[in-house]
Amino acid sequence: MRLEHIVLHNLRRRKGRAIFLVVGLMIGVATVVTLLSLTDALGQRAQNELENFGANIVITPHSDELALNYGGIQLGGVNLIAKEIEQARLVNIDKIPNRRNVATIGPKVLGAVEVQGQRVMMMGVDPEAEFKLKRWWSIAGRPIKQGYELLVGDTVAKRLDLEMGDTLQVNDQDYTVVGLLAKTGSQDDQLLIAPLSIAQAALGKQGQVSMVEIAALCHDCPVDDMVNQLQQVLPGTEVQAVQQVVKTRMHALGQFRLFAWGVAVTVVIIGALLVFVTMMGAISERTREIGIFRAIGYRRRHILHLVLMEAAIVSALGGVLGYLTGVAATLTALPLLDGGKASWQWNPTLAVAAVVAAVIVGLLASLQPALRASRLEPSEALRAL
Amino acid sequence: MSLIHLNQVTKHYVNGADCVIALKDVALAVDEGTFLGVMGASGSGKSTLLSVLGCLTGPTSGTVNIDDIDVYGLPQEKQADFRREYLGFIFQSHNLIPYLNALESVMLPLAVSNLSTAEKRQRAGDMLERVGLPDRMLHLPQQLSGGEQERVAIARSLVNNPPLLLADEPTGSLDSTTSRQVMTLLSELHQGGQTIIMVTHNRDNLEWFDRTIYLRDGLIEKDSAAVNGSFSQAV
Repeated sequence: MRLEHIVLHNLRRRKGRAIFLVVGLMIGVATVVTLLSLTDALGQRAQNELENFGANIVITPHSDELALNYGGIQLGGVNLIAKEIEQARLVNIDKIPNRRNVATIGPKVLGAVEVQGQRVMMMGVDPEAEFKLKRWWSIAGRPIKQGYELLVGDTVAKRLDLEMGDTLQVNDQDYTVVGLLAKTGSQDDQLLIAPLSIAQAALGKQGQVSMVEIAALCHDCPVDDMVNQLQQVLPGTEVQAVQQVVKTRMHALGQFRLFAWGVAVTVVIIGALLVFVTMMGAISERTREIGIFRAIGYRRRHILHLVLMEAAIVSALGGVLGYLTGVAATLTALPLLDGGKASWQWNPTLAVAAVVAAVIVGLLASLQPALRASRLEPSEALRAL
Repeated sequence: MSLIHLNQVTKHYVNGADCVIALKDVALAVDEGTFLGVMGASGSGKSTLLSVLGCLTGPTSGTVNIDDIDVYGLPQEKQADFRREYLGFIFQSHNLIPYLNALESVMLPLAVSNLSTAEKRQRAGDMLERVGLPDRMLHLPQQLSGGEQERVAIARSLVNNPPLLLADEPTGSLDSTTSRQVMTLLSELHQGGQTIIMVTHNRDNLEWFDRTIYLRDGLIEKDSAAVNGSFSQAV
C-alpha cells in the first residue's frame, strides 16, 4: 500500500463528491475549449477569407500629382504621365523583415493597345500569382499560361465580339483567346490580360511594371510595419495598405477573441471556487480520518500529498472529459454559427493546455484546504484522545 | 530500566477566559515491559496524559522523555516520525478508515515507509494472524464485529513494532466476552515484553495490569508501584 492507494480508495468511497467535482471541472473546461476552438476556427476562416479577398498592399510608382478619378470616373482632359517600376527591384521585397507574411506578389504592367481599330487596356500579369490574388475570377475556358495567350474581360469580349479560340492581332502579333472572364463589375471587365513578359514587349515596357499587388497573411501580421518596410526597400514608389477591410476584420476578430477569453477567465474562476468549496467540505468531513493519519505518524507533507493528489486526479479527469466535451460542442456549434464554412482542426496545444490548466486550477484551489488539513493537530482532530 | 520519564508535566487548556488544568506537575517513570493501567473518573486527566505520552499534545510545562528522547524537543515533522516508529495507538472507537479493508488498515502506518508492497503485505498479514484474524483480511470495518475491529486496530498499532503501545479505553464499547478476548490479547503482547499504557475506567481490567495509577483532578492520586500503596502525588 502507498499513499496513492489511499487516494484512490477514498475517491471510490466518496464517488458522489468526486463525480460532482469532475462534472464541475468538465463543464468549465468544455466551455473554455468550445469558446477558444470556435474563436480559432472562425479566425482561421476569416484569415482564409482575407487571403481570398486578394491584395491588401498595393505598390505604385511615386507621383506628385493628385488622383483625379473616383469610383472609376476619370476626369477628362487630365494627362497623366505614367511612370513605371523597374521589375528587377522587386527582389527587394524578399529583404523585408516580415517577408514570411508575404503570401503572393502580383506584378502588373498596364498600357493601351489598338485592337480592331479600338484602343483597349492591356494588362500583363504573372499568371500564377494573379490567379491566386483573384480567386473570385470565373473563367470560361482556361487561364493564360505563357506565350501569346489572352484572357479577355467581359466588356471587351462583348465590344469586340470575341469568343474562345479567336485570334486577335495586336501590334502585328497574333494572340489566341484562351479564356473569357465572367463579368466582375470592376475594371477587370475592360482588360485584355496577357502574360507579363508578352505584355511588356507589346507595350514597349520591357523590364518594367506599372504596379504590384501583394497579398499578406494578415491574421496577425503588422500591415503598417510591412508598408513601411516595403517603402524602405522600394524608394520612389507609393506603398499603400488596403487597411479598411483588414482592420475591420481584425477588429471584429479581436473583439470576439477578447470576449472568449473574458468568458474563459470567468469560468476558470468559478471552477476554482467550486473546487475550493468542495475540497474545504471534504477536509471538514475527513477531519477525524486526518487525525488518525497524523496520530499514526504521517507527516504534514504526507497529508498535503494525499489531498493534492486527489485534487490532481479529479482535475485531470475533469480536464480530459472537458476537452472532449468542448470538442464535441465545437463540432456541433460550428455549422450553426458559420453555415459549415469554418472547419475545426485538432489543436494539440489546446488539448494539452486544457488538461494542464485544469490540473493547475484544481491544485491551486485545493492548496488552502490541503494546507489546512496538514496543519490539523492530531489531538484536535481525534476527539478520542 | 525506565522507558518513559515524565518530569513535572503540567497541561493547561485555555478556552476563552477559562483555564482548565488537566495535568498538574505529573512525574512518572514507566519501566520497559510494564502493562500500566491509568484509571480515574471522567475529567481526571487520563486522556490528556495519554495524549501527552503519545506526542499528540505538548505539555504546557515539563518534559516527556521516551527512550531517552525529549519528544517535545523534536521538530513537528520529527514528532510525526517518532509517533510512527516508537508508538502504537489503539483508540477507543477503533478509528478504522471505513474504505480500507483489514489488511489495508493494518498496512496504513507502513504506507509512508520505504518497504516494498510485498513486505508491507507480509507484515500486515502476519500481524492479523497474530491477533487471530487470518480469514478476515479482506473485510471492510463494517463487515467486522466490534471485537474484530478492535483486533484490527491492535494489529495496526503493532505493525511497526513500536516499543510503546498506548490504548485509550480499548474495551469501552465492547461486551464483556469480547472485552476479555481483547484484554487477553493485550496481556499476551505484554507477556512478550511489550510496554503498554492503557486508559480505562473499568475496574474489571485491573487484574491484567502489573501497575496501576489513579488520576484525580490532574494529579496522580495513587500509584500501585509506590511503597505500601501510598499516594505518590508529585513524586
